[in-house]
Amino acid sequence: MNTKHIAAAVLFAGSLVITACGGGEETRKVPEGVKMPENAPSAEGGAAAGLITAADITLGEIDNAMVEKGKTTYDVKCQACHSTSENRVVGPGWKGITQRRKPEWIMNMMLNIDVMLESDPEAQKGLEQCLVRMPNQNLSKEEGRQVLEFMRTL
Amino acid sequence: MMKRPLLMTGALMGAAGAVFLLVNTMPGCKPNTTKTVVTGDAASKVYVKPGTHDEFYNFVSGGFSGQLGIYGLPSGRLLREVPVFSVDPESGYGYSEESKGMLMTSAGFIPWDDSHHPELSQTNAVPDGRWCFINGNNTPRVALIDLGTFRTHSIIEIPNSAGNHSSPFSTPNTEYVVAGTRFSVPMGDDAQRDVPISSYKENFKGTVSFIKPDTSGRMSIAFQIVTPGVNFDLARTGKGVSDGWFFFSCYNTEQAYSLLEVNASQRDKDFIMAVNWKKAEQLVKEGKGKRVPGKHYSNWWNDRTHSAESTVYEDVLQIDPKEYPGIVYFMPCPKSPHGCDVNPSGEYIVGSGKLAALIPVFSFKKIQDAIAKNELEGEFAGIPVLKYESVLHGEVKKPGLGPLHTEFDANGNAYTSFFVSSEIVKWNVEKLEVVDRVPTYYSIGHLCVPGGNSAKPWGKYVIAYNKITKDRYLPTGPELTQSAQLYSIEGDKMELLLDFPTTGEPHYAQACPADLVKPREVKFFKIDENQHPYVAKGEKETKVERKGNEVHIWMTTIRSHFAPDNIEGVKLGDEVYFHVTNLEQDWDVPHGFAMKGAANAELLIMPGETQTLKWVPTKVGVQPFYCTDFCSALHQEMQGYIRVSPANSNIPLKGETKSVDAGS
Repeated sequence: MNTKHIAAAVLFAGSLVITACGGGEETRKVPEGVKMPENAPSAEGGAAAGLITAADITLGEIDNAMVEKGKTTYDVKCQACHSTSENRVVGPGWKGITQRRKPEWIMNMMLNIDVMLESDPEAQKGLEQCLVRMPNQNLSKEEGRQVLEFMRTL
Repeated sequence: MMKRPLLMTGALMGAAGAVFLLVNTMPGCKPNTTKTVVTGDAASKVYVKPGTHDEFYNFVSGGFSGQLGIYGLPSGRLLREVPVFSVDPESGYGYSEESKGMLMTSAGFIPWDDSHHPELSQTNAVPDGRWCFINGNNTPRVALIDLGTFRTHSIIEIPNSAGNHSSPFSTPNTEYVVAGTRFSVPMGDDAQRDVPISSYKENFKGTVSFIKPDTSGRMSIAFQIVTPGVNFDLARTGKGVSDGWFFFSCYNTEQAYSLLEVNASQRDKDFIMAVNWKKAEQLVKEGKGKRVPGKHYSNWWNDRTHSAESTVYEDVLQIDPKEYPGIVYFMPCPKSPHGCDVNPSGEYIVGSGKLAALIPVFSFKKIQDAIAKNELEGEFAGIPVLKYESVLHGEVKKPGLGPLHTEFDANGNAYTSFFVSSEIVKWNVEKLEVVDRVPTYYSIGHLCVPGGNSAKPWGKYVIAYNKITKDRYLPTGPELTQSAQLYSIEGDKMELLLDFPTTGEPHYAQACPADLVKPREVKFFKIDENQHPYVAKGEKETKVERKGNEVHIWMTTIRSHFAPDNIEGVKLGDEVYFHVTNLEQDWDVPHGFAMKGAANAELLIMPGETQTLKWVPTKVGVQPFYCTDFCSALHQEMQGYIRVSPANSNIPLKGETKSVDAGS
């Protein structure tokens, strides 16, 4: 986090009313495009790959086979911190998450967490509330997409 | 080699003054102070900017720590100490249930050893960055460290050996690494081994073993060559023109068994033993040799089950060179040789007689000619001894006192360490002429040039691994840090650049470019591939079960909580096994696990790994456990409680994590 972000975070935290961990706000600004700051983590952080955009994701009818695979990944790699209700454990609960967040934002949080925490104001807002950096669980793009499909059923 | 016994050799005893005196009075050694030998730009040559990497990895023996030290060069920064032969409470190595098997031997669980000589695996006689071997000198063992994980991946015990010093040097494609026994001993069944010590000449034998690592790093002993009773010291493979041969230095050809300091220093010459290992290998393929008693363990770390697997062998295949002429020859070498080093082309073999005042250089071509023409001095215990003059390329005259060990650059130069005169001497191998010398502080043992034992040395530096530290650092009581010194060899003159401390006695070291190793690094273990019998792949698989008086807890960790973190129903008399799986799947996120009152160490569990801590409670009450490795802003909250009730209690066994509003 660079100094500009820290300053912004302190100011923001002072006036923020926390309801739930990043998941429960009605109004929010979705970033149009996320820019990498100059001191963003290198490839070593696992985040050098380009961010996922809306064009990369096609949502159709719920694909039950994908949901099943997404649930399996969730049980091993996500469930310790995220419930399937609205309630926060370590990170936000997932019920209704796909109504609150755009699919590409969710995918980037799963697959490109270091870049998001470095540059995305909404991700940073979540960190201010949860205070635990979301782990990079090194999901493949395919696994991330399957988890997204599972989220759509919640 | 050992520090204090050698200090006692010669007329000068190992007091500080004596060491200074030696440095200052040696012929060819001008009095030097640190100020006169360090030039103005030395600092810039070893400066590695914050956030940038060193150019070389340096793999340094941990000596009597039993471990392997990993340093960066040219900075001399300590990067890691890899636990090998000694237990390591920091990582739980040797304390976790899974890792105890790595230290199993035919004598049981051995939690310590004396590690001496790192040796990098090779392809075409050049280090390839896959593995680093190191020998355990005390309870004879060889370990293989995987340079993808920087962990001890396998350890093999050497039967019919007593002190594995002459080890673990590699053949040019790591077909084998060798293990020559330092001490000869009687072998065979109980009656054959229960003999008077004074029957040394009659009953004591030596062995050199050829150890084969398979592609997974699991090691086995392909064959052993049994030799007359002598002490083996060091060894090097032939390569290039001498590929297929191996050379071992040996001392105590007097066959003394008491007061070796005097009794093993009588003869003008001892031997370098030349072994035609390809011929021995061929004999083995033909079914020659015989299996003899020799119980030994081969332990291997399984990266999928995250556990040690031990294989026990009852015997070993031995070849007696007296029955198969042409495998083994002795070459006379002055005097009690330590180093036995082969130049990059493979043509020259340099003996470093630690009590000699010259360096003999043998020629491989002449050795072959002498064998063909049968130019022998005689026999030693049934093994032919080649004529010294017939196999000698030449001698470096009066190079210094106490030559120990030699490595090479790519320009035809050799660098030999001199323990007694405390210096490094650079000399031309072909011309046998000294071209430069620098003092070391103090009493150098081995030295290392990156790739300096190989067919293609990278050169650039020579590093001195010293036996005496004295006044070089801030004093720390009677026990001081061990130390190394980095010299540039890029110019005509060697130039001292840096002192850096090491842990344990730095017997020997090797170095290779970091680029050979860095691409191999494993960043975490994939949880999907975890086959540990007690893995919990997600919190849904966590549970607590009783099996008699054993309580097994399938536990998970993730930033920043344990599941379960409230455990009740444990009773006095139970043995509690915490099987902890780290659910993280990112680099550099280990979690620690420590249990109050555990007569044990902590666990340090890498991402995707499962490790087990055994705890036997000794009193009734509620006790905490916690994460020892700072993992997040809520690390201090990463804790749990376990309740222990009296032996006759009826509290049901359960484990849970209570979220305030966990939803589903």
